Amino acid sequence: MSMAAAAVAMAAAPAAAAKATNTFLFSQKTHSPLTPNLRFATRASFPKYPYFSRSAPDPLLLSTAPRSTTTPSSPSPTTYHGPCYVLGDNIDTDQIIPAEHLTLVPSKPDEYRKLGSFALSGLPSTAYPVPFIPPGSDATHFPVVIAGANFGCGSSREHAPVALGASGVRAVVAEYYARIFFRNSVATGEIYPLESEETGIWKECTTGDIVTVDLAESRLINHTTGKVYRLKPIGDAGPVIEAGGIFAYARKTGMIASASTA
Amino acid sequence: MASPIMAPTSSIFGEKMESGLISRFSPSISAHRCRKQALNRVLAVMAPAQPQRSPATTGSVKHAMTMTEKILARASERPQLAPGENVWVNVDVLMTHDICGPGTIGIFKREFGQNAKVWDREKIVIIPDHYIFTSDERANRNVDILRDFYMEQNIKYYYDIKDLGNFRANPDYKGVCHIALAQEGHCRPSEVLLGTDSHTCNAGAFGQFATGIGNTDAGFVMGTGKILLKIPPTMRFILDGEMPKYLLAKDLILQIIGEITVSGATYKSMEFVGSTVESLNMEERMTLCNMVIEAGGKNGVVPVDKTTLKYLEDKTTLTFEPVYSDDCARFIQEYKFDVSKLEPLVAKPHSPGNRALARECKDVKIDRVYIGSCTGGKTEDFLAAAKVFLASGKKVKVPTFLVPATQKVWMDIYGLPVPGSGGKTCSQIFEEAGCEVPASPSCAACMGGPLDTYARINERQVCVSTTNRNFPGRMGHKEGQIYLASPYTAAASALTGYVTDPREFLL
Repeated sequence: MSMAAAAVAMAAAPAAAAKATNTFLFSQKTHSPLTPNLRFATRASFPKYPYFSRSAPDPLLLSTAPRSTTTPSSPSPTTYHGPCYVLGDNIDTDQIIPAEHLTLVPSKPDEYRKLGSFALSGLPSTAYPVPFIPPGSDATHFPVVIAGANFGCGSSREHAPVALGASGVRAVVAEYYARIFFRNSVATGEIYPLESEETGIWKECTTGDIVTVDLAESRLINHTTGKVYRLKPIGDAGPVIEAGGIFAYARKTGMIASASTA
Repeated sequence: MASPIMAPTSSIFGEKMESGLISRFSPSISAHRCRKQALNRVLAVMAPAQPQRSPATTGSVKHAMTMTEKILARASERPQLAPGENVWVNVDVLMTHDICGPGTIGIFKREFGQNAKVWDREKIVIIPDHYIFTSDERANRNVDILRDFYMEQNIKYYYDIKDLGNFRANPDYKGVCHIALAQEGHCRPSEVLLGTDSHTCNAGAFGQFATGIGNTDAGFVMGTGKILLKIPPTMRFILDGEMPKYLLAKDLILQIIGEITVSGATYKSMEFVGSTVESLNMEERMTLCNMVIEAGGKNGVVPVDKTTLKYLEDKTTLTFEPVYSDDCARFIQEYKFDVSKLEPLVAKPHSPGNRALARECKDVKIDRVYIGSCTGGKTEDFLAAAKVFLASGKKVKVPTFLVPATQKVWMDIYGLPVPGSGGKTCSQIFEEAGCEVPASPSCAACMGGPLDTYARINERQVCVSTTNRNFPGRMGHKEGQIYLASPYTAAASALTGYVTDPREFLL
């Protein structure tokens, strides 16, 4: 089971997916990386709800691709795969979620989804001609965002990582983050804020490149260019995000009692 | 321009420290640093630091700590802390407003239960201020959500507004949260203040630890009164020299951000000291700390002195104990500025770090001027703008929007006499200069807001603004060009219709 063969199987998937509208490129867990039996989910059936801890396994997310060491009952996703959206340096929170949308309250489910539909709508279209969210849709086709330095700078608005997560982003790979954005990403468990070891990888990637983010191995594979980038391990933040944010994690580890009567 | 700063004095240890870990220096190195610092500050010679003795034998020997470290040590009930440590900290005040409050409340109820009670009804301050004077239904609903929560929890400090048509008909309503916190006595030395807003760092002017957090963290604090924080290393900014009469604190912080970049202080504390800082009044100190976040800073601090105490005299009866950085405290970087050599600045589109001399932008034609926000809409900011209009005696050439931060500021604009004007108030001077009528106090167009927000940029225009950010779309239109500036520079620009150095009018 070579990596190249798996990569080919993966690469074939997006072409098929592109024909369907509003599909995601998350693959079904497989035992054999060469099987072409990949199922594509539409946004509506995507089982991620923001405000319940994600303790149930997510069957639509591929666990490991080439290594096939995952058992069917493996609970947590360790890779994310699909086309990437590429941004530069200093992408601030006003570009991630323009202030006019901050009247939406993220803890309300229908407003949470609406927030997702406005993710990255603040980007100037001259610099970023490919829309992050296709017009008429409320979700993105890009589960991975690749960015430069100081991602998420500006406001403390938690709406920023929430909008990205609500739109369907699973992981951001940036050079480094503004602190409040990083903190909010971990606290909400909405996205994995990963950091690349090298700088400037965004310059070597193009929006639409097919990538895999491998959390366990801490690396980003760009299948389109063939390059592999080392990521800094997510460390202690990983279990918190995996549990679904600080509250879920705090309860899971016994730090706080479940919904208390305080 | 020739930079008046000196190279960072701790560059020998700079690389080690910038890895994020402060290693335990051997006594001889730390003594050397102390002597270096002593020489730089031309103060009394200090004895070399003693090697650390275990607390059991002495009971009170501590490592030198910076102001921020001391504040967090006290709040986490630890005798000492070092940067990089993660500690649980007791929170003294939690502030939220209308755009993050409802989300925070939602999380609080979801996680602690629909009938849960907040950890302390007197330590939460709820201040509607962002999207107030608008017909946007969701924005109005958000204020209702705050009110419901205040009633249910019997929150002591809730500055309500019901009559949107006339802000003065709302006796409790204040306006911009950070200025309201200061004016209502919620900012006190050595305390820990958290707010669901990035400019919460504004309160560092009072010698406290103040920083912005998101809804989830705030929901957690609401229920427990605690937060997990990583202790930041401190960058020290020594500002010395007499403040020229054409410069304001806004110019100083723009200078600093331009120097260290918009991520230069990420995960760090920024401490502002020096004779210039000591000469600043509280509102100017707030402006300095307000924009710490634009450099990525975690918090800003200014040491407490007579000025602080005077300001607090009539605002709070709670007791507090100021703390100060130890002489041998370790700073990750130090920057020195000779303020007398600085010139008025702007931050050009589209970054607060895109620093330029105001005089070098004199060919930039502008379409409007905006004077407002927590950064540049305080009483002192309006007095400064009035000074320029008074000195000129002419009318503005572009629409000039004035948005007082709070009700108190609005009253000051109409009530306080402007020095040197023969008894005229700011409002009279603004009227004679042809500015717009001062608007209802709120955040207004600083961050764009709903489409009907006062002074929102809805077309491709160039604006000189006393606000804090100029990223694309910040004040509304994605292609709006925002030049951040001091109130002096903003007023001068309004008078000419171009970005203008205030020395044109103030010398």
